[in-house]
Amino acid sequence: MHIMEGFLPPMWCAFWYILSGIVVAYGLIQIKKLVSEKPEVKPLLAVAGAYMFILSSLKMPSVTGSCSHPCGNGLGAVLFGPAVTAVLSVIVLFFQATLLAHGGLTTLGANVFSMGIMGPFAGWLVYNALKGKINSTYNIGIAAMIADWITYITTSVQLTLAFPGSDPIHTLTIFLSIFAVTQIPLAIAEGILTMVLWDKIKELRPDILLKLGVIDESEVSTNVVPAPGGGN
Amino acid sequence: METKHIIMLGIVVLLMVAPLIIYHGKGEKEGYFGGADDAASDTIEKLDPNYKPWFQPIWEPPSGEIESLLFALQAAIGAIIIGYFIGYYTALKRSNT
Repeated sequence: MHIMEGFLPPMWCAFWYILSGIVVAYGLIQIKKLVSEKPEVKPLLAVAGAYMFILSSLKMPSVTGSCSHPCGNGLGAVLFGPAVTAVLSVIVLFFQATLLAHGGLTTLGANVFSMGIMGPFAGWLVYNALKGKINSTYNIGIAAMIADWITYITTSVQLTLAFPGSDPIHTLTIFLSIFAVTQIPLAIAEGILTMVLWDKIKELRPDILLKLGVIDESEVSTNVVPAPGGGN
Repeated sequence: METKHIIMLGIVVLLMVAPLIIYHGKGEKEGYFGGADDAASDTIEKLDPNYKPWFQPIWEPPSGEIESLLFALQAAIGAIIIGYFIGYYTALKRSNT
């Protein structure tokens, strides 16, 4: 999903920078509020960012015979919402743009929009639509899969908008065949991995998940919530 | 870590190994296992042969070794953070019960 340095015309770079900039600014305000009101969520914020760091560095083979990487953006989206995830994605994408020549500074706005905003937004929508209807572990698996996949769909659309060619629909099909199809097994793998990590978080700190309002009381009734005072 | 989690991780491994088995013996020279990002850039060049990237990366890893070093570093940073907090919470829970 990394659009490479210089591979978007300046007008599109500016367009995505402005859109992403607004969301990232809102995300920064949200983080500030979150950290001052619920300081105990700080470690989970770090875990969500770290998860993106790991997953987006792992380039995996796909059944289409090419390689791509998962995003890790679904976990942050479900825990903290898409705007906060947008801020976390800036850290990851900036690291890759400056040190790895992966993505780029001119295309940072566009890449933040796909991996930090549209993907997480889709995952967050799905999670909230299914919340309370199915177990949160299954829910996060689906949300993470959707967030990963929509990230790549967004990149395909962004590239088509910038380079429509003579037949935009045909062009979109080409980009989708590169990104969206390759991504299917990776998105499934990301969904499963996220479920494993989620179960661990739910087992260890259901109290924080409750406080963030991402799981119901019914899911933790069988677990022992850490005693007050020892929970920080 | 319950049995179901080990099975789940096993499925992830299978998903990653399957392409290696399907395309066994084929490599980059035959056009396999290349990056999707590069494929997209190639497509742009085909769609609009006159398009010239107007900005170059400010720095590029000078070799594949340096690049893999930085990718491994990126994954390691992430893994340290997750491992630290999962371990911390596990110990905390144990000392509380």
